[in-house]
Amino acid sequence: MSWLDRERTIAPPGFNRWLVPPAALAVHLCIGQAYATSVYKTALVKHFGASLTEIGVIFSIAIVMLGLSAAAMGTWVDRSGPRKAMFTSAVFWSGGFLIGSLGIFTHQLWLVYLGYGVVGGIGLGIGYISPVSTLIKWFPDRPGLATGMAIMGFGGGALIASPVSTALLKLYDPNSGAKDWVASGDAVGKLFLTLAVVYLAYMLFGAFTIKVPAAGWQPAGFDPAKVKAAKLVTTENVSAKNAVKSRQFWLVWIALFCNVTAGIGILEQAAPMIQDFFRKSDGVSLVSAAVAAGFVGLLSIGNMAGRFAWSATSDVTGRKRIYMVYLGVGAVLYTVLALAGSTTTVLYVALAFVIISFYGGGFATVPAYLRDLFGTFQVGAIHGRLLTAWSAAGVAGPLIVNAFLDAQGKPGQLDAASYQPALLTMVALLVVGFLANLRVKPVDARFHEPRPDRGRAHEPAMEA
Amino acid sequence: MSTAHTPGAQAPVKVSVSKLAVAWALVGLPLGYGVFQTLTRVAALFG
Repeated sequence: MSWLDRERTIAPPGFNRWLVPPAALAVHLCIGQAYATSVYKTALVKHFGASLTEIGVIFSIAIVMLGLSAAAMGTWVDRSGPRKAMFTSAVFWSGGFLIGSLGIFTHQLWLVYLGYGVVGGIGLGIGYISPVSTLIKWFPDRPGLATGMAIMGFGGGALIASPVSTALLKLYDPNSGAKDWVASGDAVGKLFLTLAVVYLAYMLFGAFTIKVPAAGWQPAGFDPAKVKAAKLVTTENVSAKNAVKSRQFWLVWIALFCNVTAGIGILEQAAPMIQDFFRKSDGVSLVSAAVAAGFVGLLSIGNMAGRFAWSATSDVTGRKRIYMVYLGVGAVLYTVLALAGSTTTVLYVALAFVIISFYGGGFATVPAYLRDLFGTFQVGAIHGRLLTAWSAAGVAGPLIVNAFLDAQGKPGQLDAASYQPALLTMVALLVVGFLANLRVKPVDARFHEPRPDRGRAHEPAMEA
Repeated sequence: MSTAHTPGAQAPVKVSVSKLAVAWALVGLPLGYGVFQTLTRVAALFG
C-alpha cells in the first residue's frame, strides 16, 4: 500500500478535524495563482513579440482544462482519496510552471500553452475538487462553512500571487528601476521556476496533512436527525453517472452558469468600467488608473469574502434560499447598477462589491448544494462535472460583454449608458438562473444508490 | 472544537494545539499578507 492511498489517510482517534481546512487551503491558495496572470502578461507579450490575445490564450487554455479535468477526473478523485488527488494536482500544477518556464527561456510559446495551459490546467481542475468531498465528510454539521474556507483560498491565491510575483520580477530583473519598466522574459522564466518550487512544497504539505474520517465517524454532539429534517437534504446517495441524468443537476448547472456569467460580466471589465461610468462630457474620466486599480482590489476582497461568508450563511438558510439571494437580489442590484450606477461612486462601488461577493458565494456554496441533493457518495465527481458550467461561463461572459461594448463604441470613449445593454442582459440571465433554482426539488428516488441495510446511514461499500 | 469520535473507540488523544497553530499559520500568514497588500491598493479608492 502506497503512502498516497486512501487507506493510509484514515484519521486516527483524536484527530482534530480543524487540521483539514488548512490542508485544503494550502492547495487552493496555490492554484488560485491562476487569477494573477495579468502581472506578467505584458512582459510575455514583449518577450514573445505576440499579441495580447495570443498571450491571453494561455489563461483560457488553463481554465478550459480546469473544467474538463475536473469533469473527467472527478470519479477518480473520489475513489483515490484526497491525498493522491492533491499530490497529483501538485505534480501537474508545478510541472506546468516548469514546462512553461522552458517555453519562455527557449522562446517557444507553444510550450507555454502546453505547460501552464494544458498541464497546469489539469492541476487546477484536480486540485480544485480534491479536498471538497473530504471537507463535507468532516463537517456534516456545516458543509457550507467547510467548503467556503477551502474555496475562499482560490480567491485568496491571486491576492498572494500578485504582489509576490511583482516583487520577484523586480528581484530577478536588474532593470526594474527603469522608467516604464516591463519585466524581461528571463525574469518571468525565473518567476515560473520559483513558483513551481514554492507551490509544490505547499501543496505537498496539504497532501501530507489531509486525512479522511474513519467509517462511521461523526462530530461530537452532531445529530443527523437535524440534517434529515430539511426537505432538500438527502440521506440517500446518487452516483455521478446518475446525477447527470437528473433534472436537479442541470437546474443547478444553469443556476451556477448564470451566476458566474453575471459576475464575469463585471470582473472582466472592472477597471475600464468604473472609469467609463464616471466619464465627463469632455471624455476625461473622474476615476484615475490608480483608483481603478484600487477598485479591482476591492472586488478581489469581495470575491474572497463572499466565498466564505455566504457559503457559511447557507448552513443556516439552506442552499436553495441562498442561491435565491445570489440570483434574485443579484438581478435587482444589477438593474440598479445599469440604470443608476453612475449616480455616485459610493453607490457604484457598493453595488459591484455585493454582486461580486455573490459571484464568489455561488462557487463556494455549490459543493454543499450538491451534497444536499446527491449525498456524499460521489459529490467530488458530481462537483467536477458541474464545473463545466464555469468553463462555459468563462467563454459566454466575456463574449456577451465585449460584443455589446464593441457595438457601443471604442475603449476610452464609452460611458455608463454604453453598458446598459450588457448589464440588462446579465439581469435577464440572472432571472433565468433564479427560475431554474426555484424549480430545484429533491432528486427522484430512481436515481438513488441501493442500500443493503436501510437501517444504517453509512457510505456504500464502494466508498470504503 | 470537535475532535474525532469513532464508535467503540477509546477516549480521544489530546489534541496538539501547536500542530493546529502551525498549520493555520502556514496558510493564514500568506493570506493575511495578500489581503494587506490588496487593501493598500484599495486605499487609493478612498484617498
